[in-house]
Amino acid sequence: MDIFETVVAKAAGLTSDSPLKGVLTLRSDILELTENSHEASLRPIQPGGLTHAERAGLACRMSKRNDEAVLTRHYETLFGVGSQAVANTGFDGGDDARLKAIIRHTDLVTTNPKEATADDITALRSAGLDDADIVRLSELIAFVSYQIRVVAGLRLMAEIA
Amino acid sequence: MSEPIKDFTTVVPHWQPRVIPVELANATDEQLEAMKVTVSNTKIGEYTLVLALDPETLQQRTPLFNGIMYGRGGLSRAETELGAVAASVVNRCIYCAAVHANRYNELTKTENVIGSIFGSIENAGGNEDENADVDTELDARTAALMDFATKLSQCPSEATKADAERLIENGLSMGEVLDLILSASLFGWANRLMHVLGDPLPQD
Repeated sequence: MDIFETVVAKAAGLTSDSPLKGVLTLRSDILELTENSHEASLRPIQPGGLTHAERAGLACRMSKRNDEAVLTRHYETLFGVGSQAVANTGFDGGDDARLKAIIRHTDLVTTNPKEATADDITALRSAGLDDADIVRLSELIAFVSYQIRVVAGLRLMAEIA
Repeated sequence: MSEPIKDFTTVVPHWQPRVIPVELANATDEQLEAMKVTVSNTKIGEYTLVLALDPETLQQRTPLFNGIMYGRGGLSRAETELGAVAASVVNRCIYCAAVHANRYNELTKTENVIGSIFGSIENAGGNEDENADVDTELDARTAALMDFATKLSQCPSEATKADAERLIENGLSMGEVLDLILSASLFGWANRLMHVLGDPLPQD
């Protein structure tokens, strides 16, 4: 895998002529595993009850909540049917109780995870998610939160390199 | 059932899942494969059994976690743990904060740094967004490192070029800066699993 073709390197604007090349190459295993995790979170072979389109929409929404314009555009390239609505931060799921619970949970855990309680897991179950889907959703939110911060950090490194 | 622990501690709590973990006897081949990476065969923790509900992400996550936390070279083990602690304080993940504060203390054979970090939260009335006093008792390098990791853990990130420059001014190499970013970011991930999917309870 070319580390400069990974989502995080591209989003941070890093290219193979970067002065950070040596430092990044020492951690190429981490960048590859980050890319693999991106695929497992966004485009899993077994998506369960969370479609690829919903995942892309949620990841895009999370990027917006983090003022992360470049990853917002990246996730838009993964959009499928319905992603656009989910990614719209003015949309709360409307009449779809399942989607409404997913969006509410995603917004909460993205922006203010410390406020999450057992009641929030109960709310997801009440909206029809089984425990495997709750873990899938949690991993998606958690991974994208990680990725957004890696990109923010790499960008700062590029600024001072 | 005991009440969940609310205050930061270096005594590692019991983690009680809020969802039903995979039962080892009923695990699919894919789940077993994903869990195998983490264990030395004897006992698989409840946390891993919960994450095995989504084996595709667990399969990648375990080597990534180990690579960032225990990879060779770069930032010292102790300072890598500090990145984890900073994120866990921001996200108020009592369990992760305890595990990694504890490891930091073991590695450095000191308690004053973690004592200062946890103490400054109490002084701020439990509001970790305002832990501005965190620097007062820390050496300049540790303070710069904590500040950077704390700011990177906010939503959106509040870390600036000046914060990154301060790391370099305090002796971090570029490779060490990268490792700090990875550690703090990784706990933006881990906290959102541990704190959201389970409760920290007193042991026994």
